[in-house]
Amino acid sequence: MRPTQPFRVRLAQTSPRLGDLPANMADHLEIISRAAGADIDLLVFPELSLTGYYLRDLTCDVALTTEAPELAQVARAAQDLSVVIGIVEESARFSFHTSSLYLQRGNLIHTHRKVYLPTYGMFDEGRYLSPGHCVRAFDTEFGRIGMLVCEDLWHPILPYILAHDGIHYLIVTSNSPSRGAGPEGIGIAQTYDEMLRTYARLFGIYVVFCNRVGYEDGVNFWGGSRVVAPSGDVVACGPLLERAEVDAEIDPLEVRRARAAAPMLEDDDIHLALMELGRIRDERA
Amino acid sequence: MNVLDIDCATTAEILCGFVHDEITKVAFQSAVLGLSGGIDSALSLCIAARAMGPQNVLAVMMPYATSSPESEGHARLLADRLGVRQSVVDITPQIDAYFQRFPDASRLRRANKMARERMSILYDHSVAHSALVVGTSNKTEALLGYTTLWGDMASAVNPLGDLYKTQVRQLAAYMGVPQVIIDKPPTADLWAGQTDEGELGLTYAEVDQVLYRMIDLRWSPAELVAAGFDEAFVTRVFEMVKGSQYKRRLPLVAKVSARSIDRDFRYSRDWGH
Repeated sequence: MRPTQPFRVRLAQTSPRLGDLPANMADHLEIISRAAGADIDLLVFPELSLTGYYLRDLTCDVALTTEAPELAQVARAAQDLSVVIGIVEESARFSFHTSSLYLQRGNLIHTHRKVYLPTYGMFDEGRYLSPGHCVRAFDTEFGRIGMLVCEDLWHPILPYILAHDGIHYLIVTSNSPSRGAGPEGIGIAQTYDEMLRTYARLFGIYVVFCNRVGYEDGVNFWGGSRVVAPSGDVVACGPLLERAEVDAEIDPLEVRRARAAAPMLEDDDIHLALMELGRIRDERA
Repeated sequence: MNVLDIDCATTAEILCGFVHDEITKVAFQSAVLGLSGGIDSALSLCIAARAMGPQNVLAVMMPYATSSPESEGHARLLADRLGVRQSVVDITPQIDAYFQRFPDASRLRRANKMARERMSILYDHSVAHSALVVGTSNKTEALLGYTTLWGDMASAVNPLGDLYKTQVRQLAAYMGVPQVIIDKPPTADLWAGQTDEGELGLTYAEVDQVLYRMIDLRWSPAELVAAGFDEAFVTRVFEMVKGSQYKRRLPLVAKVSARSIDRDFRYSRDWGH
C-alpha cells in the first residue's frame, strides 16, 4: 500500500506497577479511552507495558497468551484506533517472550518477539525469557510498519532488514534504564537520540520511540519518548523521568520526500550484503 | 573537565523521584534519617525534604558526649533552614552503660557500637513515625569498606549509594547545603580531631579518580598504573574494595533446599509495586 494520508500518533510514557496486571490494565484502558476521545489514530505503549520490567521469577506468573481475556478487553476498548502494547507472551510450547502486539481497530495483526535479550551488566533477560527468531514488516491502514523492542535497536541488521522489507515507519518500544550520569545528563539518553536519528535518516523512515518512566528497585527509566522524521529531525519529544502522553502527526509524504532527495535505501545492494555475510558465516564455520 | 562531573539538575531529579517513588509506593508518606552535621546526611536531608515535603521528614540528631558541638550546630542550621521536623537523642547514657561492662573496649568497638546504636534508634523512629529510613552512605565509603556493617549502611532507601564523595560535594552545593558544611573536613566525629581522610590515609579527591576508573570504567589495576596512577596506591585501593566485599552483601546462607531465597527464589523488592 502506498500511503498518502497523515495520521496522529500518541506515545504513552507510562510507569507500570511491577507484576500488577489488574492495575496496569486499568491504566491502559483509561489511556486508550482518552486517546480514542482525542482522535488519536495510533497509540503506542512501552515495552512490557502491562507487566513492568524486573519481573525475574514473576515472568511466568504474568505471562499472557495472545488469546488471553486481558487482550480481548484491550481489543474491545480500542475499536476506533490502533494500539501497540507490551506483554510477556506465553507460547503454545510454554516459552515466554517479551512481545510487542499491534492491534488494528481491535484485531491483532502482528506480534514481534524481542530478538535480542540483554544478559549482561544490569540486565538478566536471557535467564527468564526466550528470544524471538524473526523480524517482519507488516501492512497497516497507515502504511507498512516494523516493530523492534529496546535491545533489538542495538543490532543494526534488524532495522536494515525492516527497511528492505519496505517499512515507512519503525516503532521501537523500550524499557531503557538511566545510567551513565555525566555532565551532559543521562548518557544513555544521548546514545538513543543518536541511534534513532541515524536510522531515520539512513533509511528514510519515521522512527517512533516509546520508553517508560518510573522506578523498580532503585533503577529508573528515563522516558524521552519521541517521533523522529525521515530527515532526522525530532518532531515531538516527551519529558525525561515523568509520565506523559506525547502527540505527533506523521505524514507519509515526508517519507516520499526523503526517498526522493536521498535514495540510499534504493541504491543499497542486498545481494552484496547477502554474499559477504554468507562468506563470513562460512569462514567462521 | 573532571570525569566525575555530573549534571546536578538531572541527578537531583532522579534522586528525589527515587525517594518519593520508593517510599510512597509501599504506602508510606514520611522519611526519617540521622543528621550528623556532615555533608552526606545534609545532602540526603535536602533530597528527602524536596521529595517528601519538609513536614514529612524527621531529622534525628544523635550526639555522643565527645561529638563536636559544631556538628550539632551545623545539623540544626540545615534542619531549621529546610523546615523539617527535628529530634535529638543523646546516645551517651546507653553507650556508656554498655561500655561500663567492657572498659577496655577499643576505639573501633566504640565507634561501631555508636553507629549501630544510631541505626537502632532510627529504626525505632521508623515505627514510631511510620517513616522509612533514608540512607546517607556514599559509594566511595561503601567501596572502601569505611562503614559499619548494620550501622551507618543500614537504611530502607539510599539516594547517595551510587554517588562518589566528589559527586556528593557537587550535588550538595547545587542543592543548597550550607557552604560551611561542604567545606569542613569529612569526619565520623567519633573522637576529637578525627577526619576520614586522616584515618584512611588518602584524600577523597584522589581515591575517587581511581575508583571511578576501576569500578565504573572497568580498568584493571595494571591499566591504572600504566595510565600514571601510583602502583602502591592502586594496589591498596583494590585490596580495600576486595577486602570489604562482605560488607556489601547479605549474609551467606547454606543451600539445602531446591529453591533458596535470592539464589533461585528471585523476586524484585518492588514485587507488586
